[in-house]
Amino acid sequence: MSATTMLDSAAEFDVRDYLRAEMMPHFLCPGCGHGIALRALLWAVHELGIDKDKLAVVSGIGCAGRLSAYIDANTFHVTHGRPLAYATGLALARPDLHVIVITGDGDCLAIGGNHLIHACRRNLKLTCLMLNNEVYGMTGGQVSPTTSEMRVTSTTPLGNTEPHFNACALATAAGAGFVGREVTHHVPKLKELIKAGLEHPGFAFVEVLTDCTEIFGRKNEMGSSAEMVLRQKSDLRPSAYRDTVDTPFRSNDLPTGILARTDRPEYGAAYRRGAAAIKSAAAKAAANPRKGKS
Amino acid sequence: MNAVDTVLAPKAAMRLLSGNHACALGAIAAGCRFFAGYPITPSSEIAERLSRGLPEVDGVFVQMEDEIASIAAVIGASMGGVKSMTATSGPGFSLKQENLGYAAGAEIPCVIVNVMRGGPSTGMPTRPAQGDIMQARWGSHGDYPIIALAPASVREIYTETIRAFNLAETLRTPVVVLYDQVIAQLTETVELGDVQNVSGVAGGERKWASGPREAYQPYAADQDGIPAMSRPGAGYRVHTTGLNHAENGFPTQHPEVVDRNLGRLLTKFDRHRDAIDSWQALGCEDAEVVIVTIGISARAAMRAIEMCRLRGLRVGLFRPITLWPFPEQALRKATAKARAVLVPEMNTGQLSLEVERVLGGRKVDAIHRFNGEPITPAEIAERAESLVKSSNAAGPAGEAK
Repeated sequence: MSATTMLDSAAEFDVRDYLRAEMMPHFLCPGCGHGIALRALLWAVHELGIDKDKLAVVSGIGCAGRLSAYIDANTFHVTHGRPLAYATGLALARPDLHVIVITGDGDCLAIGGNHLIHACRRNLKLTCLMLNNEVYGMTGGQVSPTTSEMRVTSTTPLGNTEPHFNACALATAAGAGFVGREVTHHVPKLKELIKAGLEHPGFAFVEVLTDCTEIFGRKNEMGSSAEMVLRQKSDLRPSAYRDTVDTPFRSNDLPTGILARTDRPEYGAAYRRGAAAIKSAAAKAAANPRKGKS
Repeated sequence: MNAVDTVLAPKAAMRLLSGNHACALGAIAAGCRFFAGYPITPSSEIAERLSRGLPEVDGVFVQMEDEIASIAAVIGASMGGVKSMTATSGPGFSLKQENLGYAAGAEIPCVIVNVMRGGPSTGMPTRPAQGDIMQARWGSHGDYPIIALAPASVREIYTETIRAFNLAETLRTPVVVLYDQVIAQLTETVELGDVQNVSGVAGGERKWASGPREAYQPYAADQDGIPAMSRPGAGYRVHTTGLNHAENGFPTQHPEVVDRNLGRLLTKFDRHRDAIDSWQALGCEDAEVVIVTIGISARAAMRAIEMCRLRGLRVGLFRPITLWPFPEQALRKATAKARAVLVPEMNTGQLSLEVERVLGGRKVDAIHRFNGEPITPAEIAERAESLVKSSNAAGPAGEAK
């Protein structure tokens, strides 16, 4: 895609229509990829014509968790690791809302890992955007469940020796109806992937590989933010991970795009069908009390 | 309706119920339309009843993956504008504490039922205890306001569950309903007819934002100290966070703004104590010994008082129904003329610690039990009798020390 067509398709989208001006300037570090992911999300929301009043964004704790505050929507910045659980309650109670979760690799895969696998299994209509920067940025750059092998962090001074998660493989194995991955370098592709996730009738898991330049990049001598983003481009797989060791958890190759899509029944609709059956059974029992209640 | 049905109609409200079943019915009567829970003894019957009861009234029941997810989903549903509840026991109550603090800080109404069992840790899952009194008040980190209600009968579980919702909604706060395993699984005949009389605060409904978006500040309170909440979809598009926040809902660490907003939060119950406070004082007017206790221990104390009075011993009962904030003035008044105060409780001294604090230096006697066996009426009566006799030996009656 040329630069011209990218600009053309973006023309009618003004990100400022979806941001809270009173929250600017934002607090992300220079070179952080999270802003790119946020822009792609809002672009997807715009192209789908989702009403801001009906948009609910739930986020956890960490750099990614802070993004909800910038979005001009119904936004909920909740406890560490729990945004999927909060969002489950919100989406079940209010099926008229469009519920999006923004989370990070630590929030989603470490402290919130149980909620992720069960959200995938339950398949409630939700879109989970996990921004994977391989590090706990907010707390000063500690190792995370997705930190590549041998990467230096503030708690792995000689290099990470723990194997890292392949989040998309995990989500797929847990039964997520929609699984996809994209890098921040390919903004239109990222936007299209998020759009497909938002349109999916069940649970959609979208992993965004994004760069933490200030803390992770600097500790690992990965160059400037531009160099880190360009490294994503040099291959179909993000080259930031190319020199890592193959593990059962994550292979060297991190494919991008839509990785899994199934049409399993959506939980909310399935629940409401079951609830209607209970209600009609209760009505029958009430009409015929001698046979009904025990 | 035929003649027979007409005659029987008033009795139709009589039900044979267990405490946990009454809790489920009370929740539905109060307008609860969302429940998220996780199986745990001895509270699971509440979830089981609501899994069938909520769909019948177009509500939602969901069994979540763990205790933390349960309270998170409950707060999420309440943020969506739906009256919501979870139920658990000690281990689950411990796990819920961080998010309970979130609900207190962000002022999200919700009801948390904690059926107390033996502790610490896994403890005695099928045996009663009253060991979560202090956790109900101080369980989450930092300073925050909380309401905890302590019913002592099946009927009271029903009415206090309704009152819990009314207080939670009108005061924008989490409310804990705290009762022990015995009354949870006790089965009694109860009448559920006069629900209207148990509304804690007028209406029992949340105050919703109205007026133009530009003029709305999500945490700017009215004279009553309670900010109006905005319903998602109503056009206000506000931010809710567990970070300390300003009136506009956005995070702040500005000392003056934190002082003002957190200060308002921490004192917001002060002007609503008439609606919050609730207690039962039985025979305290002439009592030489006042027994202070809750739950199943209060049921035993009521019998003990009858036994004492038959023997000519003037013994009374003060039972906090609202446990937190503690009904301090009422306790001071009820014990003003008493020569001794006795606290029987199924823990090692949580309620007696609070009673000592409220009564400022007065000696407080206690019976502490933590082996899973309820304290018997005879034990309480015996101790009360010895307190009456020893206080008589110490000097003439009627002079409080």
